[in-house]
Amino acid sequence: MAIKLPIYMDYHATTPVDPRVVEAMVPYFTEHFGNAASRNHPFGWEAEEAVEKARKQVADLIGANAKEIVFTSGATESDNLAIKGVAGMYREKGNHIITAVTEHKAVIDTCKHLEKDGYRVTYLAVKKDGLISLDELKAAITDKTILITIMAANNEIGVIQPIAEIGAIAKEKGILFHTDAVQIAGKVPFNVNELNVHMASLSAHKMYGPKGVGALYVRRRNPRVLLAPIIDGGGHERGMRSGTLNVPGIVGFGKAAELCKQEMATESERLRNLRDYLNDKLHKQLDELYINGSMDHRLPHNLNISFAYVEGESLLMGINDVAVSSGSACTSASLEPSYVLKALGAGDDLAHSSIRFGLGRWTTKEEVDYVADKLTSVVSRLRDMSPLYELAKEGVDLSTMVWQTEGH
Amino acid sequence: MAYSNKVIDHYENPRNVGSLPKDDANVGTGLVGAPECGDVMKLQVKVNPATGVIDDAKFKTFGCGSAIASSSLATEWLKGKTVDQALAIKNTDIVNELSLPPVKIHCSVLAEDAIKAAIADYKKKQTATTASAAKEAQPTA
Repeated sequence: MAIKLPIYMDYHATTPVDPRVVEAMVPYFTEHFGNAASRNHPFGWEAEEAVEKARKQVADLIGANAKEIVFTSGATESDNLAIKGVAGMYREKGNHIITAVTEHKAVIDTCKHLEKDGYRVTYLAVKKDGLISLDELKAAITDKTILITIMAANNEIGVIQPIAEIGAIAKEKGILFHTDAVQIAGKVPFNVNELNVHMASLSAHKMYGPKGVGALYVRRRNPRVLLAPIIDGGGHERGMRSGTLNVPGIVGFGKAAELCKQEMATESERLRNLRDYLNDKLHKQLDELYINGSMDHRLPHNLNISFAYVEGESLLMGINDVAVSSGSACTSASLEPSYVLKALGAGDDLAHSSIRFGLGRWTTKEEVDYVADKLTSVVSRLRDMSPLYELAKEGVDLSTMVWQTEGH
Repeated sequence: MAYSNKVIDHYENPRNVGSLPKDDANVGTGLVGAPECGDVMKLQVKVNPATGVIDDAKFKTFGCGSAIASSSLATEWLKGKTVDQALAIKNTDIVNELSLPPVKIHCSVLAEDAIKAAIADYKKKQTATTASAAKEAQPTA
């Protein structure tokens, strides 16, 4: 089978909408265009019925009750609503929030915002494998702690945090627990009841649904979680999120969730095999590769590797027919490498050398072969012109070298 | 990020990649940047002692495409120039030639630093050689 270029292997960034999802959405743009909040005519009823069906589909994916799903514009809003919502509602109970340094910016920056408003935030460090320490979490809890927010699976390194254990700690201490479940939902089993999660952020476009729609799971029983809304208006979504519902988007989200649930078992196994094949093949063809984050506690479709002595952006330039991401932020205005990789203590040089592979529903073995071979040739070529590779081969210890960085 | 055609050309067909013998008295080596900053450049010049003209120049760079292009271009420009002419190369010349965007200006600065470091190393070696030659010459004088 001929390979179509460029190859997309950046499924953590976004996913294409599944054609079956598009098909489900289309009638809700033109034919059934009603406002789900219009209670007195059939156009509104149709829209509302479609939204409620989708709410059930999304709830089923994570073992929740449909009434516990609040639709939002995406996971960034969901994270904001969960954190600011708890902070606002439980201000009298306490002002302390616990999170981790490797969280998504939507969580970190929301916490930073709250710090300016007088809240106190503990940012837990992670171990070399990317996991938080449960002992450090327990030690960080005070009588003022109102929220623990720890992501389920990391967007860069795919590392899955011990959510069930964190849930148990939160339950025991009577603290609310929110998790950004964007990367895990629909990929591997994730059940809010088994895991003792109180709030979970979800995004449609990471699971083959449309962009611009997400959800926040908000527990209704044991305990009933109350949130102060961050958007005021018509009181939609049980008063937690005002604003006319994005009906076609929500319909697509529901369909996407249903498909993920149906296909999860076979798809996660297929992707795990492909991911392991990619990893094995790269290791056979190249030396000095370093995997970022735990391989045991990891999403099956994620791989994050540092190709020592080669800078990430130049690597991406060489594999320009393959869409992947680099932890080297030389590409952005800031010249800082990924804060997630830095948090693992890998060293900035390895952070600059990293590539994130995200496999997905349309990834084939042929594509994996192409990507592995292409990387091998580009890495080899760039190492031939890398002064660091030359020095390392001469036996120089790069970590003890004094670099001339004056003025940079 | 969109790269200029010249950057892409230097990245895909880098000129003068390699190493010169760093212990040779006529070779100057500059190693600038740091791995944690995402850029390290090694630039070497070989100077003809009789004429003071740079006969050969080589580079190796760890860095983004613009960093590779900046050092590749620098080696091209260095060949055939005298040491003093080489010192007159400015980072802005590299920025203009490669159409580097503002976020990549540091790549050109690093290339200029590498040129200066290589020539400083050459000059240091020359002074040392002259001094030791003078020393050796003394007893017979």
